Amino acid sequence: MPLQTPPLRGIHDERGAKFTEFGGWDMPVEFDSIQTEHAAVREDAGIFDVSHMGQIHVSGPDATELMQRLTSNDVTRLDVGDSQYAVITDEDGVIIDDTVIYRLPDEDGQSTFLFVPNAGTDEATHERWIRYRNEWDLEAVVDNRTDEYAMFAVQGPNAVALVEEATDESVDDLERFGARYATIDGVECWTARTGYTGEDGFELIVPWAAAEEIWAAFDCQPCGLGARDTLRIEAGLLLAGQDFDSETDPRTPYEAGIGFTVALETEFVGRDALAEIEDAGVDEQLVGFQLIDRGVPRHGYDITNAESRVIGTVTSGTMSPTLERPIGLGYVPVEYAEPGTTLQVIVRGQSKKARVETTPFIDTV
Amino acid sequence: MSFDVPDDRRYLESHEWALETDDGTVQVGISDFAQDELGDVVFVELPDVGDDLSQEAEFGVVESIKAVSDLYAPVGGEVVAINDDLFDAPELVNDDPFGEGWMLEIEPDDPDELGALLTADEYEKQIA
Repeated sequence: MPLQTPPLRGIHDERGAKFTEFGGWDMPVEFDSIQTEHAAVREDAGIFDVSHMGQIHVSGPDATELMQRLTSNDVTRLDVGDSQYAVITDEDGVIIDDTVIYRLPDEDGQSTFLFVPNAGTDEATHERWIRYRNEWDLEAVVDNRTDEYAMFAVQGPNAVALVEEATDESVDDLERFGARYATIDGVECWTARTGYTGEDGFELIVPWAAAEEIWAAFDCQPCGLGARDTLRIEAGLLLAGQDFDSETDPRTPYEAGIGFTVALETEFVGRDALAEIEDAGVDEQLVGFQLIDRGVPRHGYDITNAESRVIGTVTSGTMSPTLERPIGLGYVPVEYAEPGTTLQVIVRGQSKKARVETTPFIDTV
Repeated sequence: MSFDVPDDRRYLESHEWALETDDGTVQVGISDFAQDELGDVVFVELPDVGDDLSQEAEFGVVESIKAVSDLYAPVGGEVVAINDDLFDAPELVNDDPFGEGWMLEIEPDDPDELGALLTADEYEKQIA
């Protein structure tokens, strides 16, 4: 199957970006160097093309109920312009995907939502919404608008000033997870104070056709998926398909450390299973760790205890550009999850000492 | 994008270079193309001085933020020096891959092995 391309594939290519396949998309992985881009976001500002993220629009009289019953959090808490992190779980409470749900301005007096599934999962998610809508006989319109919207993230301590300068309307009063439409070069953009780097900043959902002019409105370091990965690991944020994968590494929100996305007082697919797990407690949980010995932890490496018994797996790892030390995430039995616990990570056959740490690894907004 | 390919040395298809020094040892590193492909180098694992290597044997590992890559010996022989500056400053591999980013020196068992490696022209065609 041919790779999907973001609207600015050619612009990025001319700029000298390297590309990688991610979730079925041909995306820029690096413009200058991961360290340069990473540092720009931590110290100044950077812009990411994240047009590979899905966009599903849900409207109609039963939009709220459909969203409530298919996502883990409580969408009735959202006022217009609010957003919320949530997961989509199966009947067993296993995470299928994680997502941010935005409540858009009402349409025809009815609550309307836009949510952002991960790259490559938009079609399956759209089908899931349609299937359950039909099964439950709800009245809602579910549109997959992934091909209609580009998405950019402007992140870093100076990102808010950059967005404020670019938009006709002021947006710096928005709180974290707040959003509204703002105009950039005459184009209405959904401007949300959300992000995936641990820094302050905005994510902009913009019409595909206007992507080039919106991108050009920001004079800051372009950043690729490489820096996005190192930034999000430092912030202790999960990557779908890597830190959880319903096929290869099924995990519940409680194991993944995102139990705060579960509103057990609501009814949703997976709710009953999660209520039981919440009651019984989990056997394993995701921890952050630092490698004490030299080396770089990578996805899939074994984690062992002092007796060299394999007790877990690294799900994400990197040499932290900010901290200049090797850090990672991985699942271990709860008895090994306490910060300060010593573990071993097997790096290409060699046992390397590691220590469990609290996440995020850096101070985040 | 064009890459430096100095013609005073030979190359392996796996992107290591080999330079015969005045005293007959063979200095080894990775090419400009390889360091660019890897991105920011953050860790280099090298053999010990005194280790014996055979041609094309793995002699270490270079890790960048995004990837890990094995290193292969261009010639067989004894390791007579390693560049331990790389332990504290692995970025030298990015900054100066053919100079300060060198990795090790081998006393070759058979100097003819060097002649069998790719010439600069041949390597340049491979990465074109």
